[in-house]
Amino acid sequence: MKINRRDFVKVAGAATAVGLVGAPHLAFGATQKVVIVGGGTGGATAAKYIKMADSSIDVTVIEPNKEYITCYLSNEVLGGDRAFDTLKVSYDGLKALGVNVVHDTASGIDAEKKVVKTAGGTEFGYDRCIVAPGVQILYDKVEGYSEEAAQKAPHAWKAGEQTLILRKQLEDMADGGVVVISAPANPFRCPPGPYERASQIAHYFKANKPKSKVIILDSKQAFSKQALFTQAWERLYGFGTDDSLIEWRPGPDAAVSLVKVDEMMVETGFGDEIKADVINIIPPQRAGEIAQTAGLADDSGWCPVEAISFESKLQKGIHVIGDACIAGAMPKSGYAANSQAKVAAAAVVAMLKGEEPGTPSYVNTCYSIVGTDYGISVAGVYRMSADGSTIDSVEGSGGVTPIDAPDWAHAREVQYAYSWYKNIVKDSFG
Amino acid sequence: MATISPRLALVAGALALGLSSGANADATASMLANTCAGCHGTLGQSAGPASPIIAGINQIVFVDMMEGYKSGDIYSTIMGRIAKGYTEEEIEKMAAFFNSQEFQPAQQDYDKALVDQGAKLHDKYCENCHAEGGIPLRDPDTGEDAEDFYLLAGQWTPYLEFTMSDFREDRREIPKKMRSKLDDLLEKDGDAGLAAVFAFYASQQ
Repeated sequence: MKINRRDFVKVAGAATAVGLVGAPHLAFGATQKVVIVGGGTGGATAAKYIKMADSSIDVTVIEPNKEYITCYLSNEVLGGDRAFDTLKVSYDGLKALGVNVVHDTASGIDAEKKVVKTAGGTEFGYDRCIVAPGVQILYDKVEGYSEEAAQKAPHAWKAGEQTLILRKQLEDMADGGVVVISAPANPFRCPPGPYERASQIAHYFKANKPKSKVIILDSKQAFSKQALFTQAWERLYGFGTDDSLIEWRPGPDAAVSLVKVDEMMVETGFGDEIKADVINIIPPQRAGEIAQTAGLADDSGWCPVEAISFESKLQKGIHVIGDACIAGAMPKSGYAANSQAKVAAAAVVAMLKGEEPGTPSYVNTCYSIVGTDYGISVAGVYRMSADGSTIDSVEGSGGVTPIDAPDWAHAREVQYAYSWYKNIVKDSFG
Repeated sequence: MATISPRLALVAGALALGLSSGANADATASMLANTCAGCHGTLGQSAGPASPIIAGINQIVFVDMMEGYKSGDIYSTIMGRIAKGYTEEEIEKMAAFFNSQEFQPAQQDYDKALVDQGAKLHDKYCENCHAEGGIPLRDPDTGEDAEDFYLLAGQWTPYLEFTMSDFREDRREIPKKMRSKLDDLLEKDGDAGLAAVFAFYASQQ
């Protein structure tokens, strides 16, 4: 049939309004309650997507901070190209969706009674609970390191005051100084993070303090996007030459075993002592404290979950998402948390109706900005394994930016990284 | 249904025949489509500016582009790596999902002085295939697409610029008619002409 073009609706308005109007709630009894512990990327996304699927569900997010500061792109603050304030995200978007945001700290979860208790003394009953606490920094895994020592030798692995301390130290450092970054063994939050950080600091040095140097003391013998980082460092920062702004020393010999903040010195597993002007210790991590308290973590320190729903394998009725959970092939990244949150949200909505969770689908996309107009990326598409026991990478998909990509392609990846940032923040926080 | 290119006609044929549509109880359309939102915005409404809005996208175009990214026929930095993770059937589900979302034009700055010239150049060189300035072409009775279309009016300019540079550098197959129209435009008005066309699309808010 031939249709005259002039007959068409000339505006894009005919689409169905799925949008934010939820389906009518089917329960006959009291309102169903979901309590979400942690208002980071995972927790916020779960809250938003539950509300989108069914606005009648009562959703409460318990989060101590009044605003969220994104870890992603915070390395650009260290490099000097990004203002710290641009990392701040408000909870107004979630509130506008009808999410109850409570600024308090969850202190315990009673899985039997289905109650979350807070430090402020409030109890929140739930029908299902989602725990998204991020990571806990294990200060005591590096001898001489502590929360107090982190004021002098910041980890800056949770964006916020720590990021500002590290930036200030880089600014105050004289040209010719040495920065040490101690990178932990796997698994940890943001696998490419330490190397993007080294890149950003070198980027700052290149323009401002060209006689300075970043030394990465790694616990590992290999790292995320390694070939791409190495190529970028060769192109931008003289990597491999005597004047290189970045030096990478592999583990286990180079792993930092001791830090003396008063002497501004670290010691490696091999016994080398290295004096530095700025020390950035990125310690080992485990699932956030509440996950430990509530019995959600196993001996590894991380939380085993069902791949189909992210329901804890240790505590019924509680789902764990984001960095804290063990998610098979998925890395501990913001995008992974966002993607896992949507799977968990759909599962929670289904389970509240007495239905089985549907087939999940997961994605990760992560950019690292290594210098001016120079971005690299990693992506992955994931499915639940055939036996439902874990999350596998889809064969033939994903992977990193091709090696030897032209300059314009790396420049384009920076633009995509900035778009990614805008979209993931909005998609997660409303 | 009319199609812009023979390439799209093939996709349209496959979709109409339901060649790959199975009835397996796999991931739902929204489960699949929500994985895109971290880069393309909630429900495909990208906050931009480099990643395009895909809310309201034509299904044939969506499927063709995803298959093109997969095979490498259409250049991408990252989309191809991701497209390879989905089956044809999953891509068709996502196509239907995003097609049913309302396209909302990008709120972006543009050079107002260029809009009139851009509109004229669009009419002269682009309108034949990109009808009505590149808006979603819906049948008013059914609300369904009456013709395949690319979302140009109201699309993010940086995305359109990247795409155009891919066409010009042979990183993406350019239909013969488009090649000749583009050559004409560039010969007479140069890159400034192209910038005017982009300003016109950006003005369609």
